[in-house]
Amino acid sequence: MSWFKPADVGFALRRELADWGRGARLFARLLGLAGPTFKRFGLVRDQIHFLGNYSLLIITVSGLFVGFVLALQGYYTLQRYGSSEALGLLVALSLVRELGPVVTALLFAGRAGTSLTAEIGLMRAGEQLAAMEMMAIDPVRRILAPRFWAAVIAMPLLAAVFSAVGILGGYVVGVLMIGVDGGAFWSQMQGGVDVWRDVGNGIIKSIVFGFTVSFVALLQGYLAQPTPEGVSRATTRTVVVASLAVLALDFMLTALMFSI
Amino acid sequence: MDTPAANLIELKNLSFAYDGQGAGGRLILDGVSLSIPRGKVTALMGASGGGKTTVLRIIGGQVKAQKGAALFDDSEIATLDAQGLYALRRRMGMLFQFGALFTDLSVFENVAFPLREHTDLPEALIRDVVLMKLNAVGLRGARDLMPSEISGGMARRVALARAIALDPDLVMYDEPFAGLDPISLGTAAKLIRELNDALGITSIIVSHDVDETLRIADKVVILANGKIAAQGTPDEVRHSADPLVQQFIHARAEGPVSLHYPGVSVAEDFGAGLPKMGGGR
Repeated sequence: MSWFKPADVGFALRRELADWGRGARLFARLLGLAGPTFKRFGLVRDQIHFLGNYSLLIITVSGLFVGFVLALQGYYTLQRYGSSEALGLLVALSLVRELGPVVTALLFAGRAGTSLTAEIGLMRAGEQLAAMEMMAIDPVRRILAPRFWAAVIAMPLLAAVFSAVGILGGYVVGVLMIGVDGGAFWSQMQGGVDVWRDVGNGIIKSIVFGFTVSFVALLQGYLAQPTPEGVSRATTRTVVVASLAVLALDFMLTALMFSI
Repeated sequence: MDTPAANLIELKNLSFAYDGQGAGGRLILDGVSLSIPRGKVTALMGASGGGKTTVLRIIGGQVKAQKGAALFDDSEIATLDAQGLYALRRRMGMLFQFGALFTDLSVFENVAFPLREHTDLPEALIRDVVLMKLNAVGLRGARDLMPSEISGGMARRVALARAIALDPDLVMYDEPFAGLDPISLGTAAKLIRELNDALGITSIIVSHDVDETLRIADKVVILANGKIAAQGTPDEVRHSADPLVQQFIHARAEGPVSLHYPGVSVAEDFGAGLPKMGGGR
């Protein structure tokens, strides 16, 4: 049993626990830095532009196609029960309650989360964060916090864009192409979607996902080994961990929201 | 008021080991005591992995020694809280090995960065200070270039301008000469000496470029195997009787410092039966 060394297990366990501890402390610091961060809103604004604006294209195109497909599949099911005029309601509810926040978060993790991780990881590898610390400038405050809060702000906005474009896509396929009655499409939606229960819960979801994805991305970058393979592994982990966390949280949030 | 102590930094009996996997990391520093005189250029030399950079990191408060004390102006660095440490670091400038410039900012903005973060100076004044510092390192004309557009030697000079932007008491240079061509190397060494004297700062150079460093240093400390092998003026060190120091100064391959990283013996790795292998034919 020479390959099994209890000390190695202990070492690995301790390192894992230390990472969790570091993560928890970083999260608490990022939350605590909300005030100072918003005082220098210019930094947050630049990051909202960088993370949000540059994600718009992928979010819009994805939203459009998800709307197309929802209308096709929804119509196929609904017309069996003779209720195809409820298509607008089905498309809107699916997007606003579920697909908007979740798909946006998954796309955001892939588009913006990875760039955050790589940026922070490479700044560490180039000793830029260490240089900042030696200048008595806290990199968490100056670099991480503006990115964190920018992503938290950008996420619900992107999810809203996704849902809106998706509903338009549903209209194009459902009404213009299949021929569902346009008045029924909109009025069913208007009557059936509740501002608080449906739209509000969707927004809450996407805010939670904003915290999740941006924190995971920043933490992976911050803990990355400062080498090329370390940064590449960290970027991969960002997508995997953030996506799984978003899906698990989505289930929990939905269950919670159904019960109240 | 008392006159300030002659030494800006005192290291007392420092021992340091990095946290390694398995039983205890290798001891990097083993009871090192040394002092950095105020207003002088002190050179820390020694073979790679000898703990030179670790000394800088301890002075900068990035790592803490397991044993011993490090005093900056009579205050113990390791016991400071985050705020105290940041206050202390505003009195230090550090030049990283490859400059560590912020790659998304221009040369001008790199030098302006600490000024913008730490002061409320109006833009016109920031511009003047930045151009003054860039002028001191001969790069006033390069202000609009991006870090990706300048050479390694220039990047280090920009980093030097950034390190002295807030007029620190101490500037630490981590291998300022590594990878420079002979001309840039000579310029860099002259610059370090001139800035030290003109601005009245204290400088610490970590380097293993023997000739250039001995030329500009006032005090030389040679670290080997976690201990101080020699210290004194460049002349004293040059004439030290220690075989280890002589090996280092004259760049000899043979001597007390071995090429091989400590490990199991050759016989154990290759098998004691090595000579017999040919006998199978």
